[in-house]
Amino acid sequence: MIENYILHILILMSIYSIFAVSYNVALGYAGLLNLGHVAFFGLGAYTSALLTKAGVPFVVAFICAGVIAAVFGYLLVYLTRELKGDYLVLATLGFSFVFTSLMLNWRWLTRGPLGLPGIAKPNIFGLVIKGNLMYFIFVLIIAAICLYIMWRIVSSPFGRLLEATRDDELGLRVLGKNTFNLKAKAMTVSAFFAGLAGSLFAHYISYIDPGTFYIMEIILILSIVIIGGVASFKGSIVGTIILILLPELLRFLSISSSILGPLRQMLYAVVLLGLLMYRPRGIFGRVDLE
Amino acid sequence: MTLGIKAVSKNFGGIHALQKASLDIKKGSITAIIGPNGSGKSTLFHVISNIIKKDGGKIEFEGKDISELADFSIARTGVARTFQEVRLFKNLTIKDHLAIAISVDDECLLKNAISKPDIDEAKIKEALRLVNLDKPLNTYATDLSYGQRKLLDLAVALAKPHSLLMLDEPVAGVNPRLRKEIKAILRTLKKKGETILLIEHDMNFVMDLADDVYVLDEGRVIAQGKPKVIQKNKKVLDAYLGE
Repeated sequence: MIENYILHILILMSIYSIFAVSYNVALGYAGLLNLGHVAFFGLGAYTSALLTKAGVPFVVAFICAGVIAAVFGYLLVYLTRELKGDYLVLATLGFSFVFTSLMLNWRWLTRGPLGLPGIAKPNIFGLVIKGNLMYFIFVLIIAAICLYIMWRIVSSPFGRLLEATRDDELGLRVLGKNTFNLKAKAMTVSAFFAGLAGSLFAHYISYIDPGTFYIMEIILILSIVIIGGVASFKGSIVGTIILILLPELLRFLSISSSILGPLRQMLYAVVLLGLLMYRPRGIFGRVDLE
Repeated sequence: MTLGIKAVSKNFGGIHALQKASLDIKKGSITAIIGPNGSGKSTLFHVISNIIKKDGGKIEFEGKDISELADFSIARTGVARTFQEVRLFKNLTIKDHLAIAISVDDECLLKNAISKPDIDEAKIKEALRLVNLDKPLNTYATDLSYGQRKLLDLAVALAKPHSLLMLDEPVAGVNPRLRKEIKAILRTLKKKGETILLIEHDMNFVMDLADDVYVLDEGRVIAQGKPKVIQKNKKVLDAYLGE
């Protein structure tokens, strides 16, 4: 029993580490404050769940989850290319509301608020990933691959350009760099990996509904990135461990579940506020969030 | 001729920032644009780089019309520039700045993720040697003094592949010693055959440096010629010096 619980936490940490690092690629490295990132996670989850329900093999559905999210990532940057600052933030927030609204109302496809139950466990060329230990090993391998690819990207000369885009876009353009393309690539990569994380989440939890990908989730992921440190790779991983573990401590208090949910949000807020006041760059951060 | 600016105009509401300004920049020369505050010097630079869209006129660079190109495309044709305010990437090091300026294929995501292209350290060191900036390569831009940031800004523009260097007030806000140093750097660059277009507020700075001087006032070119002639031009003295 306790083993399964620990494995459950480890699985969530692995999935959320992909989700958080993917967010940091866009937010921390490219400076795109995107409040619609949770929609990419949801797009990946719904794409993968619907495709596997339609009989598509998991491997194909998993890749499609990333690709569909990436396509929407590119579209989001393209549609908001003239927006800056607060306007961009509001537009991306609007994108996440549109996604939730679509999932709620596109009932023949998504079953609306009833959600999608019975999402099958991943079947990889006949090998069914069942049981928490097997699923943990599976997500750990996928997370290691995803994190390695994202690390290669941000530590490459391309990653250096993303950081320059964040620091001074005009200064970079007069050096002959197409900053729109750079931002579009950053958001596409970020959305792709968020989509993959969403697929892993859906096939683990086996039930998703539009509420799973609501605004609260973006607060969690934003908190992870800020607490770990903006533009810090290891910071996002450490932030994930902290923010997945912290609310679990509340389970050991004898509090009713109706209070537990709001208390969890309050805990995130207190940790975030405390950190912003006393360590504004987060644990490993080297960049101020402007 | 490297750069030809033909009857370029720009209005901001009712303000005529540029009024049919025409300039010819010759290859291998230093051309200075001088004029009082608000005369349109920096606006002209922004219009050449297409950071600000012009209302009329034409801009040719090395025989090609660059009027409709995006700002980054103009930079790719070989126009390097600095701004009046130093624009550096505050969370990047000296080495990062110069590597960005030198690289031409760092925008390719796949190529960069698969193999890490080598940085040409010799080019980085050469750019720093030209501007006499002797600081460790891993120094962050924010850890430099104002004068050192000015020099790094100049080194970045020099390191970027270019055939025209546009400098917007390169000695603004620097101490007299660094001012002399920058003047010497510009002389060295001229000897190397660089084509430089320079904005300067202080007429004395450019008089023994520039080959040609254009004087702007209220967006118009009111005089053009050799520095010694410009110095004695009555129109210039009236408009620029208020005498």
